[in-house]
Amino acid sequence: MTRATAGPEIERLIQLLARLPGLGPRSARRAALALVKKKELLLEPLADAMAAAVEHVGTCSVCGNIDTTDPCTVCTDPTRDGSVIVVVEDVSDLWALERAGAIRARYHVLGGTLNPLDGIGPDDLSIEPLVARCAAGGVAEVILAVNATVDGQTTAHVVTDRLSHLPVRVSRLAHGVPVGGELDYLDEGTLAAAIRARTPF
Amino acid sequence: MTGAAAIAFPRLGRLTLADFRSYAALDLSLSAPLVALAGENGAGKTNILEALSLFTPGRGLRRAELAEMARIGGEGGFAVAIALSEEGAPLRLGTGLEPRPGEPAVRRSRIDGVPVGSPAAFAEHVRLVWLTPAMDGLFAGSAGERRRFLDRMVLGIDARHGARVNAFERALRGRNRLLAEPAPDRAWLDGIEAEIAPLAVAVAAARRATVDRLARVIAAHRDDASAFPWAGVVLEGTIEEMLTTLPEVEAETRYRALLREGRGRDAAAGRALAGPQASDLLVWHGPKDVPAERASTGEQKALLIGLVLAHARLVAEASGIAPFVLLDEIAAHLDPRRRAALYTALSGLGSQVFMTGADPALFADLPAGSETFLVAPGAVRPL
Repeated sequence: MTRATAGPEIERLIQLLARLPGLGPRSARRAALALVKKKELLLEPLADAMAAAVEHVGTCSVCGNIDTTDPCTVCTDPTRDGSVIVVVEDVSDLWALERAGAIRARYHVLGGTLNPLDGIGPDDLSIEPLVARCAAGGVAEVILAVNATVDGQTTAHVVTDRLSHLPVRVSRLAHGVPVGGELDYLDEGTLAAAIRARTPF
Repeated sequence: MTGAAAIAFPRLGRLTLADFRSYAALDLSLSAPLVALAGENGAGKTNILEALSLFTPGRGLRRAELAEMARIGGEGGFAVAIALSEEGAPLRLGTGLEPRPGEPAVRRSRIDGVPVGSPAAFAEHVRLVWLTPAMDGLFAGSAGERRRFLDRMVLGIDARHGARVNAFERALRGRNRLLAEPAPDRAWLDGIEAEIAPLAVAVAAARRATVDRLARVIAAHRDDASAFPWAGVVLEGTIEEMLTTLPEVEAETRYRALLREGRGRDAAAGRALAGPQASDLLVWHGPKDVPAERASTGEQKALLIGLVLAHARLVAEASGIAPFVLLDEIAAHLDPRRRAALYTALSGLGSQVFMTGADPALFADLPAGSETFLVAPGAVRPL
């Protein structure tokens, strides 16, 4: 229906860019054009950066983070508290927590959540490696920083069960009123959770 | 919140359609509180009601996919716009499906020309209640039909109910899947049940609150001599019964225990036997004190109309907006006495009402100031 307006190299670039999250065909077209226009300034450095990433990027064999070294930068950082492990669903959650800078601990990436409808069970997630890390000693607390969704909380439940035989304190993120939130706008479930999880002032 | 609270009575002044169902284009101006659409079968009367039904969340009156509503032979999209007047301030609402080359069509909604994220935003200005011939078997049909009817009612009062029901049903399907395995992971089941319980109680509590409120509205307008008998309504279900004596937190704990104890039984059945997914809305013919499904066909229709009138009053009371009432093929099955009583009842409601019927003569008894339109394929003109 639509005739090609550029050569196959550019069309392929557009097609690949369009697969990136947040980019549709239209914005991919715009991005490709920007890259091609600034060939030396943008396209070549990007291609080099990508080639380097392809060469070095991998999954950390300890925590499941994505980095160019194995073990990853977080796992080898001596300034972090190795007795606390923050459990997250995905690398993006690890990055979000690091952006917040609220804790200098180590992490463990589960690689998803349990979901019977999608056929994702405990063996498909990195739960056993977490148990092994805790069993090896030196871990005092595991913080479950999973999403407050049904799947996330179900997963938290199973992880807690798997860790129950170890001398490790298991905690989870607080549920309730968001910072700057107005009670009037919260749904009943969130309010009930906030009341249940109230803390001394 | 009582009937004394201020209620807005929005009026539809204009309806325009583009490429919607049988209409390539339609521009209809109206003003009356009672609007009748007469015309032969297949002329496109219900299409107009369906177009209006898009201004409420969820699927429209026919529960059809949006793509099905695009006119055959058109570009694959459609647009519906209405102009409302409330308290003299005109407001334009629009919704439709925008075709995009090489990509799936996308739903667009606007209020006064400003795009809004979802049709849920229309609830600030307009509410809808409807009755279609497909609902005639409501009392004799499955409990699932009645739950859907009830959930739509709850949604009109509590916009979050839909998301809650979806999350609950999805989690329950997950548990069913787990139970179907030869040796289900017990910790996983514990976890999923811990998540199901609060959702189930929230769903049951929202339904219960709505039914209680509906029962109060019915009691307030109860008239044993009415052509539309008052309905007795009560919600039957495991959690609903718990909630009559227990606080919600306690009901959560009980239901969770019930799920754990019922795993073997539920696994054998392939589904969870107790919970809001198995609740039923029990309706009975008030004056006769018999279950609705045992009343005659005509009585059931009259009862259903009474229930929809009560629903309209409930929506007005709860939201502060008198809903548009869409009554598809309403007049045909009523005797002349009941028809006259219907028109009187509808006038008393204060809502704007849209009715369809094959024969214009059915609408001859409408009160003065009503409007009747004759619908022919692709065109509508005042009678």
